[in-house]
Amino acid sequence: MVIPMAGSGTSHLRPSEKPLLTVENLTVEFPARRRKVVSAVSNLSFDLLPGETLGLVGESGCGKSSTGKAIIQLPPPTSGTVTLGNTELTALSGKELRQQRTRLQMIFQDPISSLNPRKNVFDIVEEPLRIWNLGDAEERDRRVTECLHAVGVDVDGARERKPHEFSGGQCQRISIARAVVTEPELIICDEPVSALDVLVQAQILNLLEEMKQRFGLTLVFVAHDLAVVKNISDRVAVMYLGKICEIGPSEAIFSNPAHPYTEALLNAIPVPDPSVQVDSSDHLRGDLPSPIDPPAGCRFHTRCERATDVCSRVEPQMAPVGNGHYVACHHPLITPVEISRSVGTTVTPTD
Amino acid sequence: MTSEETPVGTLPGTGALLDVRDLSTRFDSPRGAVRAVSNVSLSLERGQTLGIVGESGSGKSVLSRTIMGLLPRSTASVTGEIIFEGEDISGFSDDQYRQFWGTEMAMIFQDPMTALNPVMKIGKQITESLRRHMGMDRTTAHDTAVELLRSVRIPEPAKRFDVYPHQLSGGMRQRVVIAVALACGPRLLLADEPTTALDVTIQAQILDLLEDQQRERYMAMILVTHDLGVVAGRAHKIAVMYAGRIVESAPTRKLFADMKMPYTEALMSAIPRLDAPPHTKLSAIRGRPPQLVNPGPGCAFAPRCPYARDLCSEERPVLRPVEDDPDHLFACHYPVDSAESIEIKDHLRAEQMVAEAAGGGDSDGW
Repeated sequence: MVIPMAGSGTSHLRPSEKPLLTVENLTVEFPARRRKVVSAVSNLSFDLLPGETLGLVGESGCGKSSTGKAIIQLPPPTSGTVTLGNTELTALSGKELRQQRTRLQMIFQDPISSLNPRKNVFDIVEEPLRIWNLGDAEERDRRVTECLHAVGVDVDGARERKPHEFSGGQCQRISIARAVVTEPELIICDEPVSALDVLVQAQILNLLEEMKQRFGLTLVFVAHDLAVVKNISDRVAVMYLGKICEIGPSEAIFSNPAHPYTEALLNAIPVPDPSVQVDSSDHLRGDLPSPIDPPAGCRFHTRCERATDVCSRVEPQMAPVGNGHYVACHHPLITPVEISRSVGTTVTPTD
Repeated sequence: MTSEETPVGTLPGTGALLDVRDLSTRFDSPRGAVRAVSNVSLSLERGQTLGIVGESGSGKSVLSRTIMGLLPRSTASVTGEIIFEGEDISGFSDDQYRQFWGTEMAMIFQDPMTALNPVMKIGKQITESLRRHMGMDRTTAHDTAVELLRSVRIPEPAKRFDVYPHQLSGGMRQRVVIAVALACGPRLLLADEPTTALDVTIQAQILDLLEDQQRERYMAMILVTHDLGVVAGRAHKIAVMYAGRIVESAPTRKLFADMKMPYTEALMSAIPRLDAPPHTKLSAIRGRPPQLVNPGPGCAFAPRCPYARDLCSEERPVLRPVEDDPDHLFACHYPVDSAESIEIKDHLRAEQMVAEAAGGGDSDGW
């Protein structure tokens, strides 16, 4: 169902700044019944500079998790390219791809089911090192101890105990230790705090920031909670039904949203302040349309208050609205500016 | 363990819809009795919303299930009074409860998939209770159910009457669960984390829907959640629970304006704020809620509390009102605004500034 020309454009990419990860025209489709396809991700492009955190945010079904999984080639995308450093991952054979695996790791939403229940925690964290034959037994032991210590899990306890003996927050710490143990360059965090309480969530977010500094990581952070995404991200991409509708520096997206969908998402966040009146007229109505037969033109037009005739016919292209801030909308909340490509890409992550 | 603890909000016997007095729930376990809920008192007026807030394991779900009478009698022992419309329902038999559920009190659960019967069409799940409790015939029940589906804003309700739960999205399923709960016009609705499994946009829709229905039906609601943000704009009053006890309760605005209990403050400051710049370090208290077997003599929060002193681990603070305000109760020896706590707070802030000046290297003591 994807018309190659009607993508969301690539003007927001920053090839001159030597990105660690470049994703271009990524499409993920799954077969559905009656020879139809579910287009989970359509023609998506973004890039990530070394040390940057990119937040991918949107409702369930917008394709944010499929994007994360397509980056680590599990499963490989239907089409498009994923370039890590100088390596084009989609072009690799099975064996070559496996060689690259240590550079990419993933942290999942449910910390308990993502750990092998029959192994003790120390072995779980050590397993990637054993698979890759990294170091001898002593070095491995030292490395695992270091990582467990870094995430705040008691090492002696980890040698004896199995995941079910740890709380959800502790299990998420163990998942993080397992992810950093092979010294990866990029970690995909797929809703890592969605299953946790606010207090544990705060601990894990702080820990991720600390791990990022300590191990020099680059993160893709997938989540549906905008406040969490704002807290951790340098750059944010808002996704809707397999497309990016807006991408830009975290601060700009939140203080100055350009896409009506971003604004709707922001309005939906409960504010922990009773003096702020809840205004239900601001809340988005309806559900996400089916990704089997997505709306033509702008995919958001069926729920958008600003939609006009053009929105249902022509797909909007990425256009700059500020420094490194791009939106794909015919009627954006900020007027697009004419910035030449070189100027539009000079934004650096606010460290 | 006396009824030293005054009910939240109003005085007893002033005609509240629900009046819970000194309620405790214990479970027997091989390691000893688990005190899931201890000496909880609260009251709720008609048409009002009470938010119950706390972490996992704070006892908030057990409390709502105890009020609802859903706990198995073989393992749970309940003491205290649950007075609904002037009648103590805590001693009800299973049969009496079955008459009571749906028509007087109904509940919405967190996971809409497991709350619905997966092999029964959604319409049938609504008409079931209408026919049983309200004695409606088939056609009236059908029409009423379609109306209910419409009122919870399910598009094309007549068509959706005949679908199975798996054919609906999570938000739509939660609407069906709400329709089932509202079918027989309950006077009290207990919503246990009704939006935790949902996206923010759908969460906002569902909370709006509950608020509208509540206003239309003049129904009271208990909203159980771990997110202070969810109750801030929606509840009239809030009770914060920790380790099975209410540790602070007040009308919503008062609670947010003047938090007394360090735990409430910790819950509040752990929420990432949209108005804070990216990479703001969140204040996260260390540790987890305590085990509820053989609790020590002191304040259950003391081991995690930044302001704790010796007294806190020796003597459990009682729930007492703020000096000139009987509506605002808290259980703390050194509340957030006490001279002792301010002193510690200043000290911590100074330490943090020193650490930041030294260039990162900061670590929470987890």
